Amino acid sequence: MRTVFKTSYDADINLFRHKQQFGWYLALFALALALPFLLSNFALGEATNVLIWAIACMGLMILVGQSGQASLGHAAFLAIGCYANVLMQQRLGLPFLITFPLAGLIAGVAGALIALPMTKLHGIYLAIGTIAITILVEDFIVIAEPLTNGVIGLIPPPITIFGLVIDRYSTPNTLYYLTLGITLLVVLAYRNLQRSPLGRSFAAIRDSEISAQAMGVNVARTKAVAFGISTGITGLAGALMGHYAGIFNNETFNLIISIQLLLAIVIGGLGSIHGAFFGAAIVALLPQTIAFGRDMLGGLIGGGSIAIPGMEAAIFGLILILFILFEPMGIYGRWVKIRTYFELFPFYRKDMFRRQKAYLKTERMR
Amino acid sequence: MSLLELDNVTLRFGGLTAVSQVSFSVEEGEVFALVGPNGAGKSTIFNLISRIYDPAEGDIRFDGKSILDRKPHEIARLGIARTFQNIELFDQATVMQNLLVGRHRHRHSRMWSELLFTPFVRAEERRHREAIEKVIDFLDLQAYRDKYIAGLPYGVRKVVEMGRALAIEPRLLLLDEPASGLSVEETQDVAFWVEDIKKQMGVTVLMVEHDMHLVASVSDRVLALADGKMLAMGTPHEVQNHPKVVEAYIGVADEHEKVLA
Ligand SMILES: Nc1ncnc2c1ncn2[C@@H]1O[C@H](COP(=O)(O)OP(=O)(O)OP(=O)(O)O)[C@@H](O)[C@H]1O
Ligand SMILES: [Mg+2]
Repeated sequence: MRTVFKTSYDADINLFRHKQQFGWYLALFALALALPFLLSNFALGEATNVLIWAIACMGLMILVGQSGQASLGHAAFLAIGCYANVLMQQRLGLPFLITFPLAGLIAGVAGALIALPMTKLHGIYLAIGTIAITILVEDFIVIAEPLTNGVIGLIPPPITIFGLVIDRYSTPNTLYYLTLGITLLVVLAYRNLQRSPLGRSFAAIRDSEISAQAMGVNVARTKAVAFGISTGITGLAGALMGHYAGIFNNETFNLIISIQLLLAIVIGGLGSIHGAFFGAAIVALLPQTIAFGRDMLGGLIGGGSIAIPGMEAAIFGLILILFILFEPMGIYGRWVKIRTYFELFPFYRKDMFRRQKAYLKTERMR
Repeated sequence: MSLLELDNVTLRFGGLTAVSQVSFSVEEGEVFALVGPNGAGKSTIFNLISRIYDPAEGDIRFDGKSILDRKPHEIARLGIARTFQNIELFDQATVMQNLLVGRHRHRHSRMWSELLFTPFVRAEERRHREAIEKVIDFLDLQAYRDKYIAGLPYGVRKVVEMGRALAIEPRLLLLDEPASGLSVEETQDVAFWVEDIKKQMGVTVLMVEHDMHLVASVSDRVLALADGKMLAMGTPHEVQNHPKVVEAYIGVADEHEKVLA
């Protein structure tokens, strides 16, 4: 474990703790930049998908990991971002560079407004309340057919930035780089949030509402702001998802997606940006992995590929159960342990990380 | 004018009158202690000042103005800080982050500038950290700066909670049993700190405490309560020897003996 000798206040404020850490992330960034030259078009598409999911996961992570509120309504905000982005392009003829941030803003404002009456709810009640949002938005997409084209769905135009046409199939590299750039901006915003007063007030309402309040934090407002920032980022992911999918309708953003998002951040590791990326990789790559495994299995046994309905959900559920049983801190928690093991070798103790991890501890006070 | 005035304050929980017609005032610059047996209503008085409960009757004034029209989160901005009897820290955050939440009252930046982390936000952060560093030095918390609360021993948590309240830079500090569960040495530290908080920082202290030794050594005035009612008020010496107080405590002591026997 490296000891950082702090010589200025900036040591705590800066984005990276030390030069080596900066070096590692620079290497990772270089790898990300080189990916289009290393991967096939298909694999690069999957990588783009992982990044889009990572944005969505970061959105939800801000809410659940930072502010301690649960939500099963985030598919709705993916949908709001997605439809807002495409409809503004199709109906109003606005360019992507304007519709994209606006889509995030619309999803964010919608989230904050919906959250206001819900901030009194805690834990499981809040989760149930937010399920309603997902279902309502799904129904609205069907009902508002003249606007949303209902169950038939919409086909988004390719992204156009200053005449540069970006499309998943004809220009996969450009779409990947665009997504990478947006992902990095979201990571930066997330990091900035964590190191500024607003982020700390999120942590405050997560861990003890009553003392947050005594410190002068307006609990209801802070919860709404957390919802707004969270759903805003989720809306951005939704907008990208629409362009990536090529066609979408009400079912693209159903309750299953909400659940998958929540599971992803739990599996990835609550409360960390790394966790959002790990979780995103699992959710985005699992269907392909299962399909691949099934084909292999089918080849081994003979008799072509076997299709078992509900297989994906079952495997996902199994992974989740295993994590909750054996690694409640998620993939990121496991990674931190392995890293510490090597850094301290041979002095690592087994119960080094034993401390209770209890989010959603909200119904305490009175 | 007194800094804090409680004027005939009554609070009922259903049939139970937890605080009954309590009146007292805390003068600027003094250490005022509330004592009394368990269930006397001491913490409830703190919660009334924090605006967690609305009194059924009476008025609470800070700096001459009623605070009954204030929301709970507006109390810190007035300059009233508090600790909790059962430590209420932000467990999944470091000591530093906990103390920084205490600076919330001094936040001038807005959401958008924080998301962009503008130079203004950075300058503010430096200012907050400078202020926090003073608290850390004052309470000798250097060794725990970057430790998570969840892994800290009880005594340290108590100190961190006091530090978080001091980070508010309050005019009035409410301490709910600052020495409960602490060792003799740690209790002595608390006594020194309370003295310094009063003399060096010029902060008025309203304190609930069971340790009569600590109360006698640091407080200027004491109010004894039992069953929500005022028993006696005066110097520590006067209150300790007041017949009603002796009776209330001996009553409790008798019960304890009965339980033990
Ligand atoms: N939220 C509540 N609902 C109902 N009764 C309450 C509530 N809070 C406190 N009480 C009751 O009010 C009375 C006073 O409680 P309070 O916590 O103020 O006592 P205290 O003087 O702080 O005692 P201690 O020394 O044990 O901390 C007790 O009888 C308690 O059970
Ligand atoms: Mg009490």
